[in-house]
Amino acid sequence: MKVFQVLKPGLFTTVQDMGRFGYLKYGVPISGAMDTFSLIAANLLVENNPNDACLEITLIGPELKALTKTHIAITGGEAELKINGANVPMWQTLQVKEGDIISFGKMKSGCRAYLAIKGGINTPLVLGSRSTYVRGGFGGINGRQLKSGDVIEGFATSSLKTEYSMPEELIPQYTGKFTVHVVLGPQADTFTENGITTFLSNPYEVTSEADRMGYRLEGPLIEHKAKADIVSDALLPGAIQVPKNGKPILIMRDAQTTGGYPKIAVAITPDTSLLGQAKPNDTIEFSKITMQSAQEKTKAYYRLLNNLSSMLLKRRY
Amino acid sequence: MQAKIYASPRYLPFGDSALIIEFSDVISPEANQKVLALNQALSKANIVGVEETVPTYRSLLIRYNPLKTTYEQLVFQIKDIEKNLNKLAVETEGRRIVVPVVYGGEYGPDIGFVAQYHGITEEMVVKLHSEKEYRVYMIGFVAGFPYLGEVPDKIATPRLESPRLKVPAGSVGIAEKQTGIYPCEAPGGWRIIGRTPLKLFNPLQQPPTLLRPGDIVKFKPISKSEFKTIEEAILKGEWKPPQRSSK
Repeated sequence: MKVFQVLKPGLFTTVQDMGRFGYLKYGVPISGAMDTFSLIAANLLVENNPNDACLEITLIGPELKALTKTHIAITGGEAELKINGANVPMWQTLQVKEGDIISFGKMKSGCRAYLAIKGGINTPLVLGSRSTYVRGGFGGINGRQLKSGDVIEGFATSSLKTEYSMPEELIPQYTGKFTVHVVLGPQADTFTENGITTFLSNPYEVTSEADRMGYRLEGPLIEHKAKADIVSDALLPGAIQVPKNGKPILIMRDAQTTGGYPKIAVAITPDTSLLGQAKPNDTIEFSKITMQSAQEKTKAYYRLLNNLSSMLLKRRY
Repeated sequence: MQAKIYASPRYLPFGDSALIIEFSDVISPEANQKVLALNQALSKANIVGVEETVPTYRSLLIRYNPLKTTYEQLVFQIKDIEKNLNKLAVETEGRRIVVPVVYGGEYGPDIGFVAQYHGITEEMVVKLHSEKEYRVYMIGFVAGFPYLGEVPDKIATPRLESPRLKVPAGSVGIAEKQTGIYPCEAPGGWRIIGRTPLKLFNPLQQPPTLLRPGDIVKFKPISKSEFKTIEEAILKGEWKPPQRSSK
């Protein structure tokens, strides 16, 4: 079922779901939404499964023409959303009819917005996921970002009987200043005590070298004990590696699956999702917590995600 | 002599949903064998909460679901399996796979540098690179990229000082004592000495990679016309990789 025609593709718009799991050992990154929380919220607002594929929109949104009547929801970074030129709210179910034009202004806060279509986006499953992995050239629409003229396909689905909106207190605020909880390791012992103190007590700025693979950060240099290279081992999103130059690199969803720089710490799961909203010039402060406290926070986050659909505000047509 | 394997492996936390079991801080077939043996033992043990494992040169990463287990619980369970590793009859004998390669020329633009760096002929580089059997230590970097080792000292060569923006798919390279094959076009700094027509990665197949950790690879020099023949056979789906019988 044809749902949208792409009039303008935006800066970097891709199809993403929760990610591609189980293939790290083949060198295939997890990919998937950079901000998982907003992806799930968008899906729940149109009664989709949390893992259904959405459009991930980066900084400058696309312009889309509806080819059918449907429901959509847009979450994530604040994006001056318009239907036929009139402002419409994010974080709630929206009705769209054939011929409507959906457009985005400048992103006022955050970096990425998620557009869910009732029934989910229909692209072929590749290794169990619809997520686009641009560097590998597979997933999503032909393994690439959207371009003008693309048609977004959806699944045929029953129409919504209820409209939903996100309670105000659950909508994240992206202020451009992130406090990120980390667990030290796996290679924190390759840094001096000084190096670790530097890392934990200074803000780091996201540079312009920031994309779905990871963010290079700028700030006080982090000191290694001796050599800054290790025998390459596995990487996961959220890991913070520090090469010889002392400047940390935050690993994100499309990063290579192995690497030879020591990892000083790893961000906890909910904060890694939040970091999907960090953009160049934003600042990040790292705060050390214990493993036990990290796992408590992550469990609380998963419980919130599991209960999210029942927490949405409802209005029947 | 430097100890190749730790007396007992290190358990390292990797955020709230993963951990690493590290057997050594250097590359060795012995450490890699331990990694693969533990990987296999864990997949048989079916531990609650384990979602996937990633074997690398000298360590194993385990990704788990913190709703189903905890770091302490997992370390306790894995230690129990790991200390009995030597007693388990673990089959980690890899498959033996031949990779045909056109060496030098436009397909191997850095072979001249490698030869010059060591003061040997290009023919000697081909001979040294293709007469040895290499272990697949891990798959990483980009989807399907095998890290193979170790090349003879006489052809071990440092990476390019400034990486190429595009290395063609199939390129065979050397970086220090490692050799590897680019499955797709990617940026890279390895010294490229040849190219194989084989397809190392296909996301539409299960498993998606030609090679797996623990496999034994031998390169076979071929001509450009053989390259074309194999390439066409692959396109038609008629190519079968020759498997060498075990020793």
